[in-house]
Amino acid sequence: MRKVAIVGTGHTDFMSDAPKTEVEMFCEAGTEAMQEASVVPKDIQALYCGNVFGDFAEGQGMIQSYIANELGCHHVPATRFEGACASATLAIRDAFMWVASGFYDVVLVGGTEKATAMGTPLATRTFAMGSDAKYEFPAGITFPAYFALLANLYAYKYEVAMERLREQMSMISVQSHFYGTKNPHAQFKHKEITMDQVSKGFVVASPLRLLDCCPFSDGAAVLVLASEEKAKQLTDKPVYITGIGQASSPKMSAQAPFLPRIRARELSVKQAYDMAGIGPEDIDLCELHDCFSIASIIAAENMGFAENGKGGELWEKGETKIDGKIPINISGGLKAKGHPIGATGASQTCEVVRQLRGDMAAEGRQVEGAKTGLVDTLGGDGIISNLILQTGV
Amino acid sequence: MEYKLSFKEYHKALMKNKLMGLKCKECGTVTCPPQMSCSSCTGFDLDVTELSGKGKITTYTTVYVAAEGRESEAPYIIVLVELEEGPWIMGNLYDLDPSRASLDLIGRPVQMGTRIFPGDKYSDGPAARPAFRFAD
Repeated sequence: MRKVAIVGTGHTDFMSDAPKTEVEMFCEAGTEAMQEASVVPKDIQALYCGNVFGDFAEGQGMIQSYIANELGCHHVPATRFEGACASATLAIRDAFMWVASGFYDVVLVGGTEKATAMGTPLATRTFAMGSDAKYEFPAGITFPAYFALLANLYAYKYEVAMERLREQMSMISVQSHFYGTKNPHAQFKHKEITMDQVSKGFVVASPLRLLDCCPFSDGAAVLVLASEEKAKQLTDKPVYITGIGQASSPKMSAQAPFLPRIRARELSVKQAYDMAGIGPEDIDLCELHDCFSIASIIAAENMGFAENGKGGELWEKGETKIDGKIPINISGGLKAKGHPIGATGASQTCEVVRQLRGDMAAEGRQVEGAKTGLVDTLGGDGIISNLILQTGV
Repeated sequence: MEYKLSFKEYHKALMKNKLMGLKCKECGTVTCPPQMSCSSCTGFDLDVTELSGKGKITTYTTVYVAAEGRESEAPYIIVLVELEEGPWIMGNLYDLDPSRASLDLIGRPVQMGTRIFPGDKYSDGPAARPAFRFAD
């Protein structure tokens, strides 16, 4: 298997009510990534695109083929990945394998989404399609409800007082919004929030309040992947994908033996750690899937940054800050940067690549000396994918 | 291989307040809702079995923001219930003012009844859903 590097990154602004189409957003991020990588359309051998709700948001299916054409990558094989919010990470993982195998040398991979075009009621309905349609949606499950069920189970099982868990969850949202104000692409780049605002927001699904939840968002992010040999010709700052993982979950009720742990994440991240030959203590920064505040706590535990029941203490002790033991979501995360679902995994990866290249000093959010980063993306109630990215390897 | 217990058959029984599941002939694990393979040992040799519908609440939430077309249902309580026979299922709790739901619910014994989700334009028809009431 060959080494595979990320040699170009592109990222649109994340926002509500984007004035551009999903194709346009992908192509803007795509050309940014291609320019950064010094490649032109004829260099791209295949295209992989995460996109979940184009069918509902714009009445557009099969978007990948039109993207390839508009970018000038005429007739290249183009494939759409649908794994709910993890779609783009699945796409990157597969793109990695095609390059690692020697089948392709240069591929374009990313995601695009225009979730706000659906409006909140339809978006709530379509997001719930990432749960079991026959056996669980009839009870009225929504995405906030899924994590609300986990939050209450978490408090009970690990004997964390709800008042304390509530405070930890508020801290997570406050931290994310703080770093979001330093990210020029963030949906909430102008909005810092307070603990008080989080704890007084309206209840979406108890105990989760409005500011425990990520927003609906529009945007795109795209990467250029290349073989090691090709990467050395294209850039002096290649960031290598050294570990990949992916695992699936059953419907929520069937995850009973493990909840509130998400077993698929424990398995996925282990695949990635083992492949890279490292462990959680070696990670210099992590972009994790904070679709809801409680999701951050559970994710941090599943990835080995804290014991079960103690994930919230990372935020209490400031260990998740930019100079802490394990900086988490220094981009603002899904909460403040935004969550255009089909693009989210590519956005997280783009963020980690730029941190590892040392590009973030100008934005005042560089994790000093970061060499190893972890991407964590959760789709629906249980598709997980993880990527480990490294420089200097 | 044919399903031992399809969604359609499960749904038909649930409409009559009967909760059906699958018992594995190899390991004895009861799987509910039904699926192709045993949820524990992955075996396909399964017997259809009727469950008691009795269990205890393992977690809950009160939903205030519902999906499109279901706004009039909110607020409502979703519960996960651990059935006497082992599996967990998702359903609703109608025995309590949703605004009064609290962590005290966890561990409370419940008995299953049924309500119907009539379906919407994205779902392939109606679906019966477990609707629990307190059994203590």
